[in-house]
Amino acid sequence: MIELEQAAEAVENPVEPFLRMDRIPHIWCPGCGIGTTVNCFARALLECGVDLNKVAVVSGIGCSGRVAGYVKLDSFHTTHGRAIPFATGLKLANPSLNVVVYSGDGDLSAIGGNHLIHAARRNIDLKVICVNNFIYAMTGGQSGPTTPASATTSTSPYGAFEPAFNLPHLVDAAGAVYVARWTAFHVRQLTRSMTEIFNKRGFCFIEVLSPCPTLFERRNKLGEGLDTMKYYKEKSKVRNGAPTGEVALGYRDEIIVGKFVDRERPDYLDLMRERLSLQLGNAYVEAPACVCD
Amino acid sequence: MENPTSLLRPADPRGVLTGIHFLDGDHACCEGALAAGARFAAGYPITPSTEVVERFAARIPKVGGTFIQMEDELAASIAIVGAAWGGAKAFTVTSGPGFSLMMEHIGYAAMTETPCVFVDVQRGGPSTGLPTLPAQGDMMQARWGSHGDYEIIALCPNSPQECFDLTIRAFNLAEQYRTPVMFMMDECVGHMTEKVVIPPAEEILVYPRRRTTAPPGAYLPYRPEEDLVPPMAHAGEGHRFHITGLTHDERGYPAMNPEAQDKLVRRLQAKIRNAVQELASYEEQDTEAAEVVVVSYGITSRVAQRAIDLARKKGLPVGKLRLITVWPFPDFKIRELASRIKAFVVPELNMGQIVREVERAAGGAAKVTGVPHAGGTVHRPEVILQAIEEAIR
Repeated sequence: MIELEQAAEAVENPVEPFLRMDRIPHIWCPGCGIGTTVNCFARALLECGVDLNKVAVVSGIGCSGRVAGYVKLDSFHTTHGRAIPFATGLKLANPSLNVVVYSGDGDLSAIGGNHLIHAARRNIDLKVICVNNFIYAMTGGQSGPTTPASATTSTSPYGAFEPAFNLPHLVDAAGAVYVARWTAFHVRQLTRSMTEIFNKRGFCFIEVLSPCPTLFERRNKLGEGLDTMKYYKEKSKVRNGAPTGEVALGYRDEIIVGKFVDRERPDYLDLMRERLSLQLGNAYVEAPACVCD
Repeated sequence: MENPTSLLRPADPRGVLTGIHFLDGDHACCEGALAAGARFAAGYPITPSTEVVERFAARIPKVGGTFIQMEDELAASIAIVGAAWGGAKAFTVTSGPGFSLMMEHIGYAAMTETPCVFVDVQRGGPSTGLPTLPAQGDMMQARWGSHGDYEIIALCPNSPQECFDLTIRAFNLAEQYRTPVMFMMDECVGHMTEKVVIPPAEEILVYPRRRTTAPPGAYLPYRPEEDLVPPMAHAGEGHRFHITGLTHDERGYPAMNPEAQDKLVRRLQAKIRNAVQELASYEEQDTEAAEVVVVSYGITSRVAQRAIDLARKKGLPVGKLRLITVWPFPDFKIRELASRIKAFVVPELNMGQIVREVERAAGGAAKVTGVPHAGGTVHRPEVILQAIEEAIR
């Protein structure tokens, strides 16, 4: 037994240096997919070799909003829906930072929906990871803008009937330069996408479908987290480059995954500097990285 | 710990438009922000405050910094918090309806102890109210508008010169106390044009950010110094710190228990309440032999001055107390005056907000009469004069 414990101590999980181990165990339920996405994120950071002192993670509120609290990086747990505008201020004040927004579907697309489309329109250099579990999980499983029609939630006890957002389509239309969707089952592909966005400049958006066995699957009698992983495996179809208008999600329907958008467009700071240089010439003073002293 | 005020240093000359100018209050406020070192502003258009960021948008590319017009006031008010953690001195500007939307992030900035400045050029309310006309109806909102318990600092200028001078002070206090500071203008002060003297940069003292000296790995974001204010780090410096709006411990980690709540909320209040004397600024005149003291602030103080002059011409023993720091409220000053005068007269462009504070601080030792006004214009001096005469009688 002692030998086993020693052996366990000796083998450190390669993602441990990326986590605040003094905050583990985390709050996520057994079978939840958020931890899986964080594992992919840590591996992506490892693979892309980015300077971790220059990575900041900004989260909103909710289960996925807790990611900021577990990653051993400069991390900000902000207000509900406002991770993107916080990240916008952070990035513009210090453009040398790689700013990642890590939050949930309700946070980013309902209360924060306005900020989402405007950040995509401006092409602010942000990397947005949106964990979509189709509900507001932290507050007990209420329906939201991504809840598929007919799914039962605590606030749609007779089944949801509002049409849901197709998030890749939304951010594509608003101007994102990188749009992908994976599920918590697609750990390799997700890790690769997360690696790619660290080499991309502009507004990047990755949607990750994730099980919520406690509140979505259970209420809809869909089994455990593992059953959802099986569903992801069986019903997902990789279609890289698929027009985002064709990737809407339905209740228990086929899931189109893949990298849908990967294009180049000048980002906000490029456009700002170009315009101001053009108009002001030598009078233009580019902002230094840190200006508080 | 070094004496916090000894940290003051001369302003960065790039932001200082030294000279004698003819400016309105909104533009003077912008120049004050630039002189104070503000290099980031986020805004959303709203009358009568927009001129502040219009000028900032024109000036900042020549100084070195960023202006961004956000999609709404919620976004503007948290973009400045993000910018502060990125290393900038940052502010936003709004008026009533926008101020309502910003309450969320005034609370977040208070909780996360983020230095930043919120400028509110007050107009008539409630709701859309009177977009182009003055009021002082947001004074209590500035104090209590965000949910939960916190203390706030609020300054109230009454001239374009003060819009310049006190905006610098607002930024300095935000840095010294690591707190959002409310800069409570009104439509009249914002739109009146007067002489504004901007001194040379070396004569303007600014408070730098209180940076941690801890090496990476040893920094605790919420371990306070003697004055209860913790030093700050910026993203990207290797500290890998965590910040949350949840109740947190010294590490910045969420701590969901009543002990952590008690410790944090008491410190957030005490760091400002303990400094009420240092923070207080006011203009006091003829109070030694006064029987009645008129307490006012902002544009109303200039109308009140006329009423006081008329009263003194009539030989009435009237004094003046103009509040420049409105929050934290200078109870001690009101208490001191209350012990030796007969009555306070408190005109304000609202139906009675600061008058209640005067009443509370006076504690029954002197009579307190409000002179309420719903806004849209200023008081007629005769109305204030009449209140003075009645108070003396």
